[in-house]
Amino acid sequence: MKKLVQDFEVLHREELNDEHFTLEIRAYEPLPEIKPGQFVNVLVENSTQTFLRRPLSIHFVDYEKNSIKLYIKRIGEGTKKLGTLVSGDKLNLVFPLGNQYSIPSSSKTLLIGGGCGVAPLLYLAKHLKEAGNEVTTILGVRSAIDAVEMDAYKAYGRILVTTEDGSLGDKGYPTQHSILTNENFDYTFTCGPEPMMKAVARYAKEKNIPCEVSLENTMACGFGACLCCVTPTKTGNKCVCTEGPVFNINDLTW
Amino acid sequence: MVNLEVNLKGLSLKNPVMTASGTFGYGEEFDDFIDIDRLGGILVKGTTRHHREGNPYPRMAETPSGMLNAVGLQNKGVENFCNDIYPRIKHYNTNILVNVSGSTIEDYIETASMINELDRIPAIELNISCPNVKEGGMAFGTSCVSAASVVKAVRKVYNKHLMVKLSPNVTDISEIAKAVEAEGADSVSLINTLLGMAIDAESRRPLLSTITGGLSGPCVKPVALRMVWQVFRAINIPIIGLGGIMNAKDAIEFILAGASAIQIGTANFIDPQVTVKVVEGIKEYMIRHKVQNISDLVGALEIQ
Repeated sequence: MKKLVQDFEVLHREELNDEHFTLEIRAYEPLPEIKPGQFVNVLVENSTQTFLRRPLSIHFVDYEKNSIKLYIKRIGEGTKKLGTLVSGDKLNLVFPLGNQYSIPSSSKTLLIGGGCGVAPLLYLAKHLKEAGNEVTTILGVRSAIDAVEMDAYKAYGRILVTTEDGSLGDKGYPTQHSILTNENFDYTFTCGPEPMMKAVARYAKEKNIPCEVSLENTMACGFGACLCCVTPTKTGNKCVCTEGPVFNINDLTW
Repeated sequence: MVNLEVNLKGLSLKNPVMTASGTFGYGEEFDDFIDIDRLGGILVKGTTRHHREGNPYPRMAETPSGMLNAVGLQNKGVENFCNDIYPRIKHYNTNILVNVSGSTIEDYIETASMINELDRIPAIELNISCPNVKEGGMAFGTSCVSAASVVKAVRKVYNKHLMVKLSPNVTDISEIAKAVEAEGADSVSLINTLLGMAIDAESRRPLLSTITGGLSGPCVKPVALRMVWQVFRAINIPIIGLGGIMNAKDAIEFILAGASAIQIGTANFIDPQVTVKVVEGIKEYMIRHKVQNISDLVGALEIQ
């Protein structure tokens, strides 16, 4: 798959809550095929504090509108600046980057996301459903106000929530959801904070089912040139940007 | 028509734009973005005698107008380069230079002699300035005696163009440049990264696993320019200038300071097409300033 450097036009920024927003951006050229789990590397211009691009998961792709949606949490200077973009602004992307989640067929799949790690799961849910899988997504959030875009997930299967304060769904972390003990699944996919992904990996190992995780690392280039974003694997250091971001837990040293 | 051709003591480049080692992989990583054959040369990833896993994560920290890295020369070793990588990349119609690094003089000799056998590699860049390896590396490049000893040893086994990459982490870079020139270096490239560090005040922890790392990007450009200028006045072999070049204007500044050619490093991460844009920009500058040959600009800084 050819990687591109292109300008996009911001169509819409939607504030989901105090911290999170989505940015829908439209390409001027027809979009290439984009796989679930892939990411883009975004240029945040006009700031000496944001010298490098920001790697961001692809949240959704709308081929009819020729647009990509990014799901972003305001964390540092870069994401805060992205959170000021308005319709008509330009954004320069290097994309599509990274590998992808596997897409099984006719399986019972479980997606577990926490915090802004939910970003790649919506597009994954769409692909899983289209391949004839049964999709259950658990979103782990702090509080009811953080449980956003529920209807979007509902379009592709069942959506469940855990909140740390118990204000919605099961109280606790997503790996503590009752469905994990009440039902069996064939595949797990996860993205979010590392302790959560490690808990999902333990669950998958206990149940002896495949588990794919999407890792987040600081990156400079995003396409395998700088060797900054490595993660240790059973076969040595691997670049998260090109050999990931999606890894099967059996390949990791977890 | 302007003439961008550069002759680096026998090594001829179609234009002065090269890539800096460690920022351009083996070239292949950029195939989707640019036509590599349009460049004067590419410097492939630092290569050592044996396989190196590099340093633990985190290896990178963003800084104002730059970045720190502590990759630590991750590579699969010179044999792997010769057998697996070289056959894949030798088709490029540009100068492919291998950056050679080592922990001991014997390492450098062994690696350089193996590369010497590769027809399509017209030159090596001797890396005596990597700040991210525990032993060897920068230690060789920070004293005149040790820098001279590596160059002398490699010169005996390497009979093509020998470029030596200098460290800025020294008191007087022109003394090191003179020392390697005296031992038969054909050119010098400067600067490698500046030793630096970054701290997270909230967690009270360093941002790099190695605590210190190499600083690059536009924040080092004034230092690099100054060093190119100093070295230009001290030696007679060609200089390849690098350090924070982001565009053609930066490249021209290095050439005016005394660089015969330039390398683009960190900018490749931000714009993977920057190298060909710089080639075009240099051409445009020459037309605008009515400069026929790029060599007319080398060291053409007007002091008065």
